Amino acid sequence: MMNPAATNGQAQTVLRFEDVSLAFDENVALDRVSFEQHAGETLIVLGAAGSGKTALLKTAVGLLRPDSGRVWLLGEEITNRNERDLFRLRSSVGVLFQEGGLFDSLTVGENVAYPLENQQVGPTASPEEIEHRVLDALSFVELEHTVDKFPGELSGGMRRRVGIARASVTEPPLVLYDSPTAGLDPITANTIVALIAKERDMHDTANLMVTHRYQDAEIMARFRYNPDSGQLAPVSDDSRNNGLRTVFMVMEGGRLVFEGSQKELEASNDPYVARFVRH
Amino acid sequence: MLDFLKRPVAGFQDFLVLSGRALVNVFRAPHYWDDVFMQMDIIGIGGLPIVALIGFFSGLVITMQMSRALSTYGAIGQVGPIVILTLVRELGPVLTAVIVAGRTASGIASELGSMKVSEQIDAMRALGTDPIQKLVTPRMIATALMLPLLTIIADFIGMVGGFLIAFFTLRLTPGEYWTPAYKILEYNDLVQGLLKPFVFAFVISLVGCYYGMQTTGGTQGVGRATTQAVVVACVWVFVLTALIGRIFVRMG
Repeated sequence: MMNPAATNGQAQTVLRFEDVSLAFDENVALDRVSFEQHAGETLIVLGAAGSGKTALLKTAVGLLRPDSGRVWLLGEEITNRNERDLFRLRSSVGVLFQEGGLFDSLTVGENVAYPLENQQVGPTASPEEIEHRVLDALSFVELEHTVDKFPGELSGGMRRRVGIARASVTEPPLVLYDSPTAGLDPITANTIVALIAKERDMHDTANLMVTHRYQDAEIMARFRYNPDSGQLAPVSDDSRNNGLRTVFMVMEGGRLVFEGSQKELEASNDPYVARFVRH
Repeated sequence: MLDFLKRPVAGFQDFLVLSGRALVNVFRAPHYWDDVFMQMDIIGIGGLPIVALIGFFSGLVITMQMSRALSTYGAIGQVGPIVILTLVRELGPVLTAVIVAGRTASGIASELGSMKVSEQIDAMRALGTDPIQKLVTPRMIATALMLPLLTIIADFIGMVGGFLIAFFTLRLTPGEYWTPAYKILEYNDLVQGLLKPFVFAFVISLVGCYYGMQTTGGTQGVGRATTQAVVVACVWVFVLTALIGRIFVRMG
């Protein structure tokens, strides 16, 4: 079933939750969550550990099924779709899992080639084309020299970077990031977020980033990749909302307790929400 | 009142659903033959030395232990038939299955469990691959093909072990050992001896996969899943051998 907002709205809706609830035994992971994300928009989900951030991300691509409520992904309702139907839709979504989710038994190159070989994205690519795109994606994250290594030989930060390469190799319109900087030192964490921002701006993708670090959110909201200088450059306050369209959401105990712009977030009086905003 | 039954019944239901999907996938594309061959190598070739060793010593000890009782009745010539019947009908399939359960069910559960806790299974689903098709079905096919073959090898090496004792200790000639042994075997024994490992193979591989795919709770969870897989697989092997044995004993 088509989502009406997908055709009538100003921009196409890439993701929509309507009253979604999900519980594991007694633990509530999502409690009547509703929101919409539009094409080209960056959605930052902040929340403490166990607030339902990862459950939200997994529900968005049908890896978890909601107990009630409805989910639309790229304009199609996925709530009760069977797994095989979802494979086609998921090929238009990139996902970076918390620890990278790389396959230990495959080399870095094979990991990045996996979506190209196994997903139905356009006509089947030739082996030469796949190799070319894999090297392109790896050079994007500056790891082309690791193509023949196994994920176990890489550091945590490098694994995340390979994960970003794998999530973006098919250039999907929507990429989901699950705590991309969790457990990394601040310097590596900033490199990872800078790569995510670069990926967003180079391919004009919609991003959903789940994180507990406000610094990550800030880089995503305040910086933009400049292809001329090859660096991230801060954007002025005026152009911020129009140019970047970054929306913030805060989760607590499975509930969405805040949704709004960065300005509104910083002005919030809610003590839980305010705890994430540090300067 | 019966709430305590909820979890095991729900678990058994999940196991049946997983088994059903793994079986249906045998007849559905895509087939991951590379994974099947790799698992056949790990399970079959990798398990061969230990299966051969256990088979050899079981034949050896059956002959040693039986020879005393048989010599009391002056029936030492019956040692060959006793060894072959015990091995082909019961000990060969069960001992091989227990060893394979220890090696393979634990290996499968820990590998899939690690993949589950490091989100590789979710990544696979997100990247358009059915983890049951890619991980469970190849392991099930490989075990179903290799366990009967391992059992045949264990049976034969067990017979050789028995023969060494019969020849060197009991002073039987090769003809006195092998001929009655070969003659006693019936169609019923062979069917039973091959049906059992085939059935055990499904149980061992699917139990290993089930516990692996259900793993939660990090590395500690992987350890727990591995232990549970081996214990449950072994219990099922013993329950099923009794059931299948009963059916064949009735058939005469």
